[in-house]
Amino acid sequence: MNRIEGRDKVTGRARYAAEYPADGVAYAFPVQSAIARGLIEFIDATAALDMPGVLAVLSSDDPPELSKDAEPELALFQTRRVAYYGQAVAAVVAESLETARAAARRVRIGYLPESHDVRLRPDHPGLYTPEKVNPAYPTVTEHGDLPGGLAGAAVSIDVTYTTPAEHNNPIEPHAAMAVWADDGVTIYDSTQGATSDRDTIAATLGLPRDKVRVIARHVGGGFGCKGTTRPNAILAAIAARAVARPVKVVLTRQQMFPMTGYRTPTIQRLRLGADAEGRLTALAHDVAEQTSTIVEFAEQTATPTRIMYAAPALRTSHQVVRLDVPTPAWMRAPGECPGMFALESAMDELAVAAGIDPVELRVINDPRTEPHSGLPFSSRNLVGCLREGARRFGWDRRDPSPGIRRDGRWLTGTGVASATYPAYRAASQASATKEDGGFVVRIAAADIGTGARTALTEIAAEALDAPAARVRLELGDSSLPRASVAGGSMGTASWGSAIVKACEDLLKNGSEGSGDTTEDVAGNAGFARHAFGAHFAEVRVDLGTGEVRVPRMLGVFAAGRIIDPTLARSQFIGGITMGLGMALMEETVIDAGTGDFLNHDLAQYHVAACADVQDIDAIWLDEEDPHLNPMGSKGIGEIGIVGSAAAIANAVYHATGRRIRDLPITPAKLLS
Amino acid sequence: MRTFTYDRASDVAAAVAGFAPGTMYLGGGTNLVDLMRLGVAEPERLVDVSKLPLRDVEADGEGLLIGSAVRNADLAAHPLVRERYPMLARAVLTGASGQVRNMATVGGNLLQRTRCSYFQDVTKACNKRSPGSGCPAIEGDHRNLAIFGHSTPQQAPQCVATHPSDMAVALAALDAQVRVAGPEGERVIAMPGLHRLPGTEPDRDTVLRPGELITAVRLPAPPPGASAYRKVRERASFAFALVSVAAALDVSDYGAVQGVRLALGGVAHAPWRARRAEEALLGQQADDDQFRRAADAELAHARPLPGNRYKVALARNLIVAVLRELMPR
Repeated sequence: MNRIEGRDKVTGRARYAAEYPADGVAYAFPVQSAIARGLIEFIDATAALDMPGVLAVLSSDDPPELSKDAEPELALFQTRRVAYYGQAVAAVVAESLETARAAARRVRIGYLPESHDVRLRPDHPGLYTPEKVNPAYPTVTEHGDLPGGLAGAAVSIDVTYTTPAEHNNPIEPHAAMAVWADDGVTIYDSTQGATSDRDTIAATLGLPRDKVRVIARHVGGGFGCKGTTRPNAILAAIAARAVARPVKVVLTRQQMFPMTGYRTPTIQRLRLGADAEGRLTALAHDVAEQTSTIVEFAEQTATPTRIMYAAPALRTSHQVVRLDVPTPAWMRAPGECPGMFALESAMDELAVAAGIDPVELRVINDPRTEPHSGLPFSSRNLVGCLREGARRFGWDRRDPSPGIRRDGRWLTGTGVASATYPAYRAASQASATKEDGGFVVRIAAADIGTGARTALTEIAAEALDAPAARVRLELGDSSLPRASVAGGSMGTASWGSAIVKACEDLLKNGSEGSGDTTEDVAGNAGFARHAFGAHFAEVRVDLGTGEVRVPRMLGVFAAGRIIDPTLARSQFIGGITMGLGMALMEETVIDAGTGDFLNHDLAQYHVAACADVQDIDAIWLDEEDPHLNPMGSKGIGEIGIVGSAAAIANAVYHATGRRIRDLPITPAKLLS
Repeated sequence: MRTFTYDRASDVAAAVAGFAPGTMYLGGGTNLVDLMRLGVAEPERLVDVSKLPLRDVEADGEGLLIGSAVRNADLAAHPLVRERYPMLARAVLTGASGQVRNMATVGGNLLQRTRCSYFQDVTKACNKRSPGSGCPAIEGDHRNLAIFGHSTPQQAPQCVATHPSDMAVALAALDAQVRVAGPEGERVIAMPGLHRLPGTEPDRDTVLRPGELITAVRLPAPPPGASAYRKVRERASFAFALVSVAAALDVSDYGAVQGVRLALGGVAHAPWRARRAEEALLGQQADDDQFRRAADAELAHARPLPGNRYKVALARNLIVAVLRELMPR
């Protein structure tokens, strides 16, 4: 089905957060810290306040009233302590954006700087074991005899991979407009979840939830960085309260780098042992990563290793270190994405060391139950994905020898990697009513560009046994029935479950129905639920220049029932493309001297361009899984990025014989 | 807000006559407007020269005369450019994106500023933006910065920036002449002499004097033989060169090099004409050994920093690869 809002988007009628009009609107612009650690000694706003059009300067000189429990990244101007370079330490409110921006540069801030540390390293003395990893997984898991499994292995490897900080970089910047009326505030925000955003904003402002309304009908991408409330929304609210006018905040691209989250850099040690037939005897995945000094975010990087392969001895662990950096956060497939780069690269290295085809090595080690928990899988078709992908990609013609295929100046090679992502579901509510000769379905879901509005309309139409044209879906508003966030690839499963319930209720009761999946979700135990997939990549590498190009990629996925093939394909291909960027170019450089993210714009932080994407295809297997949800679907938003970078890195090895274990694989690394 | 005045010049004489300190000429604005938003450029007055009657590309004997207000996209698409100077068309097309090339002008392309991260961020020290404040790139991130011609510790304030233009590299190889008009009249500057090395004045990108306006670029007859422009970057488009090479090679019937032009981009504060390589190759047999020897003759003078040593190998390999491509078949 074509996207319902497609015409509105291409004609510019679809409104994003910053585009809502309001009478008398003013603009706020953050002032950011110019040190990475220390104290603010003084704030001199005189020159800014003297500028015509400047309405107010907000800062810790007169801390705005916020809840004592506000999350530190959102507790704007409550402290004199600076936790990272680029932190919001003040803001100017003015009649125009240009005035606010110019005045922000005139706010003079004196600092008492302290020496900072922004460098993640494997021997950092501050590394510690957190109590849990995102969102609530155990930090360490261990079973079996790891030293014995490694010592007794016919083949073993012990290798370390590193991935850099990466930024989500959705095209729509974080933006918000706040409008106060009757002690309550309406926030037009760019968010992945109107309900949770509303709850967080209310808690931060110290307001009851019914005094806050969040509207986010269209969102221009998020990839996780809009999954939690960001300072733009809080700044809009406190600035609007301060000047008693509506206030807009639109972060610049540069401001998004320190202020809206990023993927932590990782250092991952993989130890694998296998017997002569390739059966794993031991598998250990130990991760070091970073968080900030003000919030602990510990990415669940090793968790996919708990479910991927059968190994009698299995260990996973995480350590984090608090550095003088912004708090890392969710970026498309947090955990699985960097973790599977390492695990799937290591599996390729093991396959080479053992002289076993890398597809076969994965098939040999496919477990019957979830290795970490022992739970049965609700469905698991990794082997089917590998086999079908190998068939379509022409894998049987592959000579495993590295560095022997030349086409002009290019060495060519192919690589494979597995993919996985959990099939989560979270409690949501929905309503369905008969109106105007059709049906209206309401849920505070978010369409962040995925096509959720369209997919949910299709789900409702099917449940109502009505044509989709007679169903109108309302989402993106916290005044609608509460819904989970668009994250964890669980939007369609969570919201669709509530919608099906509401529609069934309507059919039973006549003109109105409601659905609440709280109890259904609580009864989710008993199965391990995951989507699986396989990536195949072909690369061309010029070892004279270090250029890597990717002429062909194929992803094969087993993700339950696919609701809408057009939308699903776009999610899969989008994920694979982002994995290509991760493999070859994405890297946020942190400047040791200042502690700042250096390449903080889209000219310097490279994401894949159209010219990088040649032939990328995604297909899926028919997979029926009765243990998921009424639609039988698994999430598809993130699995495309999981493993795709490893497939490319493995192909680079196959092409050149060079194993680059530090992403991205750049000309500089291939030439060194 | 920070205000500035905007004027549109009616002719070159008026544009130049109206120049005063604080004035900047505005072409397509694809770099200057960004720098104004970032606070790196703070002109008091902009004089828009993009509508001046300098928008033609015309044959000039065996050469070509290109108005400075010609858009990059139009330059690359012009039949005479494509026919006589394919290296130039290629260089322009490897730069930026279609949308940027539709706006950017020839004059503006030549006068764009470095994309060094430190230069573009007013919260950081930068000797180019603020001489004497320091160059954090030398100790910090310089992976994309210069390996040739940058200032030494004895030449404070130091700068290791690179010039970002692709077009300028081709113009340097083609012996282009830049025509300028200024308060003291008109003059002609031979490429690559428009851009200067940082020396002790890294804030000065070019030899232009205050008020001088580029009016045209004249190309002499194209060099005999085959020519090419190759640009290496990790992203396949819309990225500045890690290293680029503009090359022309003329090989005699007996296999000897009777003409060669080599210029490098992404390696210095200015387009880098590789004259040592050219001299080493002229009159020699056109083969891989001599190509390597020529490349080495140039790169022996490279002074890489710890984080950009890869550029030495890259430039060497790229010179050899491009010259090999230009061999008669």
